[in-house]
Amino acid sequence: MWAFNPSIPPIKREMPSRYRLEGFECHDCGFRSLPPRQVCPRCGSRNVSRVRLPRRGRVLQHAVVHSAPRGYEFYTPYVLALIELEDGTRIFSQLTDVDPEEVTQGMEVEAVLRKVRVGGHGGPVAYGLKFRPVLER
Amino acid sequence: MREVYVIGSGLTKIGNLWDKGLRDLAVEAGLAAMEEAGVESVDAVFVGNMMSGILNAQENLGSYVADYLGLSGVPAFKVEAACASGGAAVVSAAMAIKSGLFDRVLVVGVEKMSDMTATEDVTSALATASEADYELFWGASFVSLNALIMRAYAQRYGLKEEDFGWMPILMHKNASDVPYAQLRFPITMEAYLSSPKIADPIKLLDSAPMGDGSAAAVLSASERRDGEGISVALVGFGSATDAMALYTREDLVELKGAKLAAKRAMEMAEVTPRDLQVLEVHDAFSVMGYLNLEALGVVEPGKASRLIESGDADRSGSLPVNPEGGLKARGHPVGATGVYQFVELYRQLSGRAGPAQAGSPELGAAMNVGGTGSNVVVTILRRVS
Repeated sequence: MWAFNPSIPPIKREMPSRYRLEGFECHDCGFRSLPPRQVCPRCGSRNVSRVRLPRRGRVLQHAVVHSAPRGYEFYTPYVLALIELEDGTRIFSQLTDVDPEEVTQGMEVEAVLRKVRVGGHGGPVAYGLKFRPVLER
Repeated sequence: MREVYVIGSGLTKIGNLWDKGLRDLAVEAGLAAMEEAGVESVDAVFVGNMMSGILNAQENLGSYVADYLGLSGVPAFKVEAACASGGAAVVSAAMAIKSGLFDRVLVVGVEKMSDMTATEDVTSALATASEADYELFWGASFVSLNALIMRAYAQRYGLKEEDFGWMPILMHKNASDVPYAQLRFPITMEAYLSSPKIADPIKLLDSAPMGDGSAAAVLSASERRDGEGISVALVGFGSATDAMALYTREDLVELKGAKLAAKRAMEMAEVTPRDLQVLEVHDAFSVMGYLNLEALGVVEPGKASRLIESGDADRSGSLPVNPEGGLKARGHPVGATGVYQFVELYRQLSGRAGPAQAGSPELGAAMNVGGTGSNVVVTILRRVS
């Protein structure tokens, strides 16, 4: 039996991106993405810095998972989504608090901290920012 | 620069081969290729494989395969590029011959998947082709990433559900008389449309099966003509990378790496897409097969389904595609797939494809895709007579 089991070190290491949406911004071409990088993948510039990305956006594309990798079976069916944040940055995450059937393209969503993965029996619990539909204002 | 010829090939049946282990498969294909080539030794071995560390607790595959082939002492390497591992092994071997360092090299692609008896385990292992911390972490499977691509592709070109059915229908039809294929039965559009969704909108019948298998080829700097004076040369190859994670790409439905790899291979071979007479494409999912055809430049973007539906891609058509059934029906033993494609192309060009023989093509290409297009290999073979 094999599964992707995040251990404590990578969970800790990735916290800034997964809890606070700390990404990077290229000062030459303007490209923004998660996680932080030292070199811009679009233009090759090293003139980059860390940036906090906005916590709201909209669903660009989504897929509903019925057959999950080991460790994620409990959550099926769950929705994976390509999300465009308010500043245009595209990130990948799970949608939550929504029926898979009700997900629509362009749906407005906001980040919310949720449990993502329980690492086996007694293993560490990994959290991250999932996205839920923006409630009526 | 030196030429590279294919002088022998071998392959095993694909399926859940409970009685055969990783080494049994590699040895069966490897020995068959060396026997067909008429050689008892090679200068080096390149093994294409993706997941032996996870699935079989066996790495160091260069030494492992060389040892069981009775070739201990030769230089041997494992080459990994996710589902393009087989193609990457072929290209590595070709580079070694072109460099002048080796004259004769054995390439073995092998994947033993059924030792993991639960689908979830293999799904997890396959997902390591994506980015662990930012795709796999969220529960992304390989299928779900391709589902995002399929949805975007269908929307871009206004395609309906049934437009994606033509690919698997042709693949199953082609594989039905291929002795080593995994799924040797035809399917109907009705069956396609009603098959269960595994990651909406991808259906079970859009997806290649999991299976064990091994394919091998002997590459050589010297030509070896058969009884009819025919030989086959590897006249072009190219490989390329694209953004690792799907979400960082500018466009979900453009396989930049595939286009680059195709361009490089065609430039080396000095051919254009119009010159190609038979194709082996990477239809791990129906949409991926279509994107391959478009990246190769043989159809306009969005028109691949029509090429298949029209019958032009049949064995008897003007541009046969995957005459042996492709990944969908011949099977997709991941790290071996690129070598299966290469061997099938070689057999098509040398007239040795048996029931799958699609006319008598002189020039053909194979496209082997790793990840969601993050690593792509294209090889072009030409018949010399």
